[in-house]
Amino acid sequence: MQDFFAMGGYGFYVWGSMIVTAVLMLLEPLLLRRRRQQLLRRIGRSGDRARMRSQRRQQQMDNSTKVSHETQT
Amino acid sequence: MSINWFKYSSPVSFYPLAGRLMPWFTGVTLILMAIGLYLGFFVAPTDYQQGEAYRIMFVHVPAAWMSMFIYLVMAAYAGLGLAFNTRLSSMMAKALAPTGAMFTVVALWTGALWGKPMWGAWWVWDARLTSELILLFLYLGFMSLQAAIDDPRRAARAGAVLALVGAVNVPIIYFSVKWWNTLHQGASISFDKAPSMATTMLVTLLIMSVAFWTYTIAVVLQRVRCEILERERHSDWVIALTQEKQA
Repeated sequence: MQDFFAMGGYGFYVWGSMIVTAVLMLLEPLLLRRRRQQLLRRIGRSGDRARMRSQRRQQQMDNSTKVSHETQT
Repeated sequence: MSINWFKYSSPVSFYPLAGRLMPWFTGVTLILMAIGLYLGFFVAPTDYQQGEAYRIMFVHVPAAWMSMFIYLVMAAYAGLGLAFNTRLSSMMAKALAPTGAMFTVVALWTGALWGKPMWGAWWVWDARLTSELILLFLYLGFMSLQAAIDDPRRAARAGAVLALVGAVNVPIIYFSVKWWNTLHQGASISFDKAPSMATTMLVTLLIMSVAFWTYTIAVVLQRVRCEILERERHSDWVIALTQEKQA
């Protein structure tokens, strides 16, 4: 076991290579996953706003037609 | 059987396809990595010249190959986007760059850690190392150019010109060990010679290379999905998709 980690005296170089490679290749997908989640949340919120805006506009239109009816009668 | 390729050149239909393919490439990557690392550390024999230090090769060589291949694929997609004005190709080019840059860093880093015990120097200004460093600058230049221009179509065009001009660097990296007298050793595997290494070493190297390929495909598919979401965020299908996710 000790021999395995020593790598014939090259342990620092071999493990230094492997660990950095592993860290980078794990970090990249993790960062990407975070980017995706943030993106979905942001778009979801702006989608909510767009829906509320269109609902409000619909309500205003309903109100204004009601008002015009009242003034007519 | 005929496949309508044009269907998948539209972001709307490519998005779910990429989502379905990604887990398969992730799974294959994990399996191949496990096999490759097992063979690399427990089966492959000690090198008679370089001792155990040569095991750095199992990540160094695939990473260096990927850094060059990804650049060529990126330049090809960028060129396609430039020629035919296809949005998805430009997005693919943009999605490939960070992974290519990451592998270039891995190649340079592991190369330094391999160079120190073998040559006595972390870094030398030899043709192979210098041209690989230029490759890193090309990736970073491509990414910063894309980030600096707000209009995605103009950014794609500017990036494509840079990517295509920079592609000339890739054959220079590849043939540098032949053209110049470099400290860097010659090609590990070449098409015109019988392999100069033990079969288990060769098999391990190939397995690791395929694993790096499938890793790249999985990561790039995920990144291109993010690109699609970002650029189409105002379209109905993206909004519907995120509402669905929230519910």
